[in-house]
Amino acid sequence: MSVAERLADVREERVWQLLRQVPDPEIPVVSIVDLGIVRYVRSGSDGRLHVGLTPTYSGCPATAVIRESTQAALAAAGFADALLEEVLAPAWTSDWVTAEGRAKLAAFGIAPPAPAAEADREPRAVGCPRCGSLATRRVSEFGSTPCKAHYTCSACGEPFDQFKCI
Amino acid sequence: MSSAVAGAVRRERSLEQALCRYVLRLGDTSLVLGQRLGEWIGHAPALEEDLGLANLSLDLIGQARLLLSYAGELEGRGRDEDALAFLREPEEFLNLTLAEQPNGDFAATIVRQWLIDAWQLEIYEGLAGSADSRLAAIAAKALKETRYHYRFSSNWLIRLGDGTEESRRRTQRALDSLWRFTAELFAPDEVDERMAAAGIAPALAAAAGRFATRIASDLGAATLTAPESRAYPWHGKRGVHTEHLGHLLGEMQHLQRTYPGARW
Repeated sequence: MSVAERLADVREERVWQLLRQVPDPEIPVVSIVDLGIVRYVRSGSDGRLHVGLTPTYSGCPATAVIRESTQAALAAAGFADALLEEVLAPAWTSDWVTAEGRAKLAAFGIAPPAPAAEADREPRAVGCPRCGSLATRRVSEFGSTPCKAHYTCSACGEPFDQFKCI
Repeated sequence: MSSAVAGAVRRERSLEQALCRYVLRLGDTSLVLGQRLGEWIGHAPALEEDLGLANLSLDLIGQARLLLSYAGELEGRGRDEDALAFLREPEEFLNLTLAEQPNGDFAATIVRQWLIDAWQLEIYEGLAGSADSRLAAIAAKALKETRYHYRFSSNWLIRLGDGTEESRRRTQRALDSLWRFTAELFAPDEVDERMAAAGIAPALAAAAGRFATRIASDLGAATLTAPESRAYPWHGKRGVHTEHLGHLLGEMQHLQRTYPGARW
């Protein structure tokens, strides 16, 4: 590996660290890296930094805010000329939510997504993020944001969100 | 330039124009249906359904943005998604006539949604393997969303149809009234045929068969009966609309028409 390649690696790793601090505007306990929204960080042959972002849902209103906050975070760290690229394929899946992201969602009171392969089946028992009971019921497949479904727990009586699998 | 090359360039250009028209049809159908569903916000029978319809609307408008942006690029006249959505006349919209039909009661909204969801399932599934990579990417994403839209609408269709006397009566009435718009869904014209021949879009005949099977199975579960004839194929995708589209656009376009270029 050449010196230039190693320098590029160090720079890219620094940018990944930086992006781990950019919160999702609707669920600020998780970062855009936790959600699998950042697809790549590359040093282009043009010398500029290329960052690939993918929208979660076609109509997610957070997409524009994420773009702005990413650009601002990069500019603040000295990457004002970084190029943000929209990546549509392959389509985002909730399977890309990292283990760390899942743990943060659960701690925040949002049940993490089941594997996307199960998206078309009857949902498996979803554990209540508050009391851990499996005696829960889906109230609606649609919750407070496009990425969440609405559940209620029969054991502790509390409503909660589940991060949908798609 | 040799005449053979000139001919090839002309064919390429006209294929691009046909593709632009095809993408506009998809985008306009999503946009108009998304706008219709938005009219339910604050009015749905229950909070959960209010959120559900708003979520569907959001997905559809998101799909419309991706599609209309692409159509604007193909057109090459500098129009972006906003110019296409807010500054075109009704006859320039190429959405399916079914999408612009008024919400009516909850049963009518569900029947309209279920028919379009089942149509989109076939179209997006075919487009996910399109020779056009941009359209394939948009469709693969939209397909995931359409799957749960369809789960929502088909579940409701069955609950309402196989429900009370009142819900059954209203759902059958909605089906009887909207069925005539379904002839347009899979009636190919020259744009559809060119797209299918170029491997860009799925052949409508095969898709129509799968659609019919799905619809029949859902109707059976819902104890509803499809009307006999589909009669007249409407021409929304050619820009000939029912009077309802003009009213919808009047509301949707009001701000940009009154204050051109207004921004949030």
